[in-house]
Amino acid sequence: MAVTEDTTNAGGIGARMLRKEDGKLVTGESKFIDDIHVPGELWMGMVRSTMAHARITSIDTSAAASMPGVHSVLTGAQLADMDLWAAPLPCAWPVTDDMANPPHWPVVPEVVHHVGDIVAVVLADSRYQAADAVEQVIVEYESLPAVASIEQAIADTNLAHTDLSTNKAYTWAIAPDPEGTQAAFDAAAHKVSCRFVQQRLIPAAMEPRGVLAVPSPMGGDITLYSATQVPHILKVMMAATTGIPENMIRVVAPSVGGGFGAKLNINPDESLALVLAHRLGRAVRWTETRSEAAGSTHQGRGQIQHVELASDANGKLTAIRVKIDADMGAYMMLITPGTPLLGSFLYHGVYETPKFSFTCEGWFTNRTPTDAYRGAGRPEASYAIERAMDMLSYEVGIDPIEIRRRNYINGGEPFEMWENPAGIFFDSGHYTPTLDRALEMADVAGLRAEQQARRDAGSSKQLGIGLCTYVEICGLAPSRALGGLKYAAGGWEHSTVRLLPTGKVEVVSGSTPHGQGHETSWSQIIATKMGISPDDVTVLHSDTAKSPLGLDTYGSRSLAVGGVAISMAADKVIEKARLIAAHQFEAAPEDVEFTDGSFSVAGSPSKSVHIQELGFAAFSAHDLPDGMEPNLQEQVSFDPPNFAFPFGTHVAVVEVDEDTGGVELIGYFAVDDCGNQVNPMIVEGQVHGGVVQGAAQALYEIAVYDDDANITNPSLMDYLVPSAAEMPSIVTDSTCTPSTTNPLGVKGVGEAGTIGSAAAVINAVVDALRPHGITDMKMPATPMRVRRAIEAANGGAS
Amino acid sequence: MSAGAVRVRLSVNGESHEIEVEPRTLLVHALRDSIGLTGTNVGCDTSSCGACTILVDGRSAKSCTMLAVQAEGSEIVTIEGLAATSDGDGLHPMQEAFHECHGLQCGYCTPGMILASVSLVDEYPDLDDKKVREGLEGNLCRCTGYHNIVRAVLTAAGKEA
Repeated sequence: MAVTEDTTNAGGIGARMLRKEDGKLVTGESKFIDDIHVPGELWMGMVRSTMAHARITSIDTSAAASMPGVHSVLTGAQLADMDLWAAPLPCAWPVTDDMANPPHWPVVPEVVHHVGDIVAVVLADSRYQAADAVEQVIVEYESLPAVASIEQAIADTNLAHTDLSTNKAYTWAIAPDPEGTQAAFDAAAHKVSCRFVQQRLIPAAMEPRGVLAVPSPMGGDITLYSATQVPHILKVMMAATTGIPENMIRVVAPSVGGGFGAKLNINPDESLALVLAHRLGRAVRWTETRSEAAGSTHQGRGQIQHVELASDANGKLTAIRVKIDADMGAYMMLITPGTPLLGSFLYHGVYETPKFSFTCEGWFTNRTPTDAYRGAGRPEASYAIERAMDMLSYEVGIDPIEIRRRNYINGGEPFEMWENPAGIFFDSGHYTPTLDRALEMADVAGLRAEQQARRDAGSSKQLGIGLCTYVEICGLAPSRALGGLKYAAGGWEHSTVRLLPTGKVEVVSGSTPHGQGHETSWSQIIATKMGISPDDVTVLHSDTAKSPLGLDTYGSRSLAVGGVAISMAADKVIEKARLIAAHQFEAAPEDVEFTDGSFSVAGSPSKSVHIQELGFAAFSAHDLPDGMEPNLQEQVSFDPPNFAFPFGTHVAVVEVDEDTGGVELIGYFAVDDCGNQVNPMIVEGQVHGGVVQGAAQALYEIAVYDDDANITNPSLMDYLVPSAAEMPSIVTDSTCTPSTTNPLGVKGVGEAGTIGSAAAVINAVVDALRPHGITDMKMPATPMRVRRAIEAANGGAS
Repeated sequence: MSAGAVRVRLSVNGESHEIEVEPRTLLVHALRDSIGLTGTNVGCDTSSCGACTILVDGRSAKSCTMLAVQAEGSEIVTIEGLAATSDGDGLHPMQEAFHECHGLQCGYCTPGMILASVSLVDEYPDLDDKKVREGLEGNLCRCTGYHNIVRAVLTAAGKEA
């Protein structure tokens, strides 16, 4: 398939078109959730548990209830009596038939299960009054033993939920041939066995979450504004869990300030605002504070990974066996249990292996629930295999580059529809060019020479070079495949393309942007397809009244599913317009050609009409072909036949100060292949941001819990989201191996940077420390950890 | 005037305002809730993220770290008023540079990032990549990885490499 690139239209597919979204955002005109107000609105203030696991023995709301501006204070028990909910908050992905799923109520009636669980809600006239009243609610608890870590969960000494008999939530496996896998290990020339920890991460989108529910007491309908990635899913789930009829609920995602997965959930606050507004007949709102977010928004990662590789004498893989212990946190939220499994098919990375086995056990702890965070399962998989491949290279005694080349799928040559050992088909791949290009851009040969020179000179500033050659799975997803994985929803995406009477185009998109630039990219697709200016296109999204059908934005799916739906809907508009043009030309439709936006009759170029001119004909309907419906509006629900599998090579360069343990990321080079690109500028931006998020996991970020399962660093003072000062410029390039999954040949790139970077950075840190015999480094590689590793490697203090 | 409230006079984007606030009211909340200028965003509660950065008497300040009463008599510029401080009808050169360089994605940190950058360029005529990165250390962005933000600031400063 050829690269799709429009060379005739500056704003078409392939153009580095500047974003249509920017004007409103650089001037403060955009409205985020906290910017939207309605008269009479009540502010919710959440009284949150300060204990990780405890029974509520009393709640005294009297002082709070009598404070100025306070409308009411409602406890979990009172709310339970009000019969507000039809069901607990939903988990849409029960990964096994016997998965444990304890009820998750928006406000806890009796027992709290993590710090941040809501025990009462204040309704007050202002933000400040609500916060003041929260302080005056006195809650007494009877402490219960808390499960503060995955290790404690596995020990099963204490139970995170006393109603359950074990902390284990489920066991899920792909193990086609356990005996054969064991035999491969028994016969292996080389083996490595690694234990990696994917620390818990706080997603920390710059905009905290927030919600505003606006009822129409006489009409009976209600509008829920939420800083969400998933307005369509939220609408369905709110109807299912509140009992408010779905046709009476409208959900609007206004400008949303980043998501990274943290805004794809169905949250207690959203449900509370909706049911209270509906019951009270008044608007109800809430805006999360940053420090509150550690207990009010799900976290990411949280896994212990056991990875074993077996190879022959030359380092050619013969088996991979993986066991994951995954921290669910206190409750199963929307896709909590499935998140670690999104990487399950990819633990062999870009390498061929005859034998493959993956097992995941999910464990409850008394910590904030986990769920999707940028990459969701795939950064973990890519980290595991890419770190383990470096460790195998040490074992075999060959260069990390060489061990990768020896194991690439199809020998590093191009392929399509390759069946992986987990039984899925990689759409397309060609791995060697991204590696070669990254090595060239980074000048790895030159860096190796400098590294050696520093070592020869006895420098304490060690240079480290780390490699990651990743593959990921995105473009979620074929609905049947999701059904097979027991995911409750489908994976299609919807679009309507509407040619207006005046020739302008409205695109209705079911995908829901929060920084990805959909308005720009979708306009570019229409520009190329229909031969019109992208300025003539308006994209409607993120409001279930404007865009009734959709499955929203996550899993790098927007372009590969939603963008394709737009392209296909445009094709249908063009085909109908062709019939109108043929009618006007008094020609057969098959004789009418469509080029650069104009219809003409083959062989008689004088007869020509631009598609935009046909908008009015379709609208007036004075002279349409017999039987044709008026208007030019077509819709498509595209259900992809397969996932998409982007890939790439990243090279990280670090300087490690052996005296202080400080690690500085001094260079980063990323060559990514996401198939055809609609807007390379946006692709690069996605890579930049993703790389920094993964590097942040490698070097800085960790949600730290103490032995009582209290988070100790909930604010941005202590949770170290990196600034510009810690990060280098990022050098990017790409190759193009079109996807075979969709007619645009596109994949996805929203998560690729994060999937590639943590492993590259840690591989670089370990590479720098190899002279000490160090073979692994836990994330985040803090100065303390690095320094202690050096000391330990040298038999104590060095 | 309600009990306990105090009166604060300040100029915002060239317009005089007299507002009544509780003494504890943060400047950012006064701007957003009392004056209705919602372009200044709140991203944290520890003065860490810089989303609320504005110009107070020409220099950048985190408006969550000032009380409204501390702004008495000050001249404030928020993102809504920035374009009017530059010559010409369009955007301020820093706003233009963020657009041209794709220095924003979700746009939530952007108002604060732009105003911090305006102040940085005013203060340091000899900016380079490292100085921009250090100068913006108090402003966090989760989307862009900073690469294009740094390019934008250098472009607006006439230093684009």
